[in-house]
Amino acid sequence: MRHDPILQVVARLLIPFILLFALYVQFHGDFGPGGGFQAGVIFAAGIILHGLISGLDAAKKILPERLVEAMMAIGVLIYAGVGFAGIFLGGAYLDYSVLSHDPIHGQHRGIFWVEIGVAVTVCGVMLKIFYMFAGRGDVDQDN
Amino acid sequence: MSFWFDQLLLLVPMLMMLVIVVLIITGHNLFGVVILTSAYSFLMATVLFVLDAVDVAMTEAAVGAGISTVLLLGALRLCGWHDSKPMRRPWGKLIVSGALSALLMVGMVGLPEFSDPAAAIHQHVVPRYLIDSTKEIDVPNVVTAVLASYRGYDTLGETTVVFTAGAGVIALLRRRRLQRAKHESAGASNAP
Repeated sequence: MRHDPILQVVARLLIPFILLFALYVQFHGDFGPGGGFQAGVIFAAGIILHGLISGLDAAKKILPERLVEAMMAIGVLIYAGVGFAGIFLGGAYLDYSVLSHDPIHGQHRGIFWVEIGVAVTVCGVMLKIFYMFAGRGDVDQDN
Repeated sequence: MSFWFDQLLLLVPMLMMLVIVVLIITGHNLFGVVILTSAYSFLMATVLFVLDAVDVAMTEAAVGAGISTVLLLGALRLCGWHDSKPMRRPWGKLIVSGALSALLMVGMVGLPEFSDPAAAIHQHVVPRYLIDSTKEIDVPNVVTAVLASYRGYDTLGETTVVFTAGAGVIALLRRRRLQRAKHESAGASNAP
């Protein structure tokens, strides 16, 4: 698969659009279909396609394994952090209305950060699972 | 006209899914089976799209047809592309899965009609979400409003579940690698 020029060219053309579409799904999720989960999966799929075409090491160069592992936890922490921010600003846990002077603007702000948290965790977990599976194959080949 | 067109759009992918399921059951080349499951997921995404569940269709296409296929192919690379011996006496498994299907069908009879506005699930909180979310949250996509704001706790739980799944995979596969390293070092010390 790595040595097929047609796949190489088509995949390299597609990958930027896949990543851009992931960002669109992320930030347009309030208005159209989509949201953090879908955006995280699509972004991970773009990186995985790059890994399939150019090799696992090329994918790990873009998003190193340590960063991916950190992303898994950072997303959940962002989400939970939004909840605590609500408590510190005098509301209940995960109450977004107090995050800004205007309750509706606060809701928008809360949803924005919560969706980012979901996307970061989902993208990290998908990539980590892919790295682990693909990496095991290489270990076996070395043996 | 539009109604029958929608019915056709539903029926064609579902019939193709039926054919694919038969091919998956009878297939022996596991590579082909994995590609067929990917096609099945794409058809499922089409059905969900026709049913106006675009968010779910997107997830199905990305996770079901995309990432699971890649992971299954990765697993095949480790364990070989050919089916093991066919089952000799599948009677016990056949009875269990047949009974389960019968139970599910009995349960389906009790469900309300598809898209029936008088169904119980559309009576409880749905009217409030649909009518008040424009005033309270002002997000045009009600799915996002429900997932992120009204049901924020549930989504936090889901995100934690995804995190836990990743942590579980790390825990399982890392230990395997450590054991192999230990095994190898033990073998190396025994060899000379």
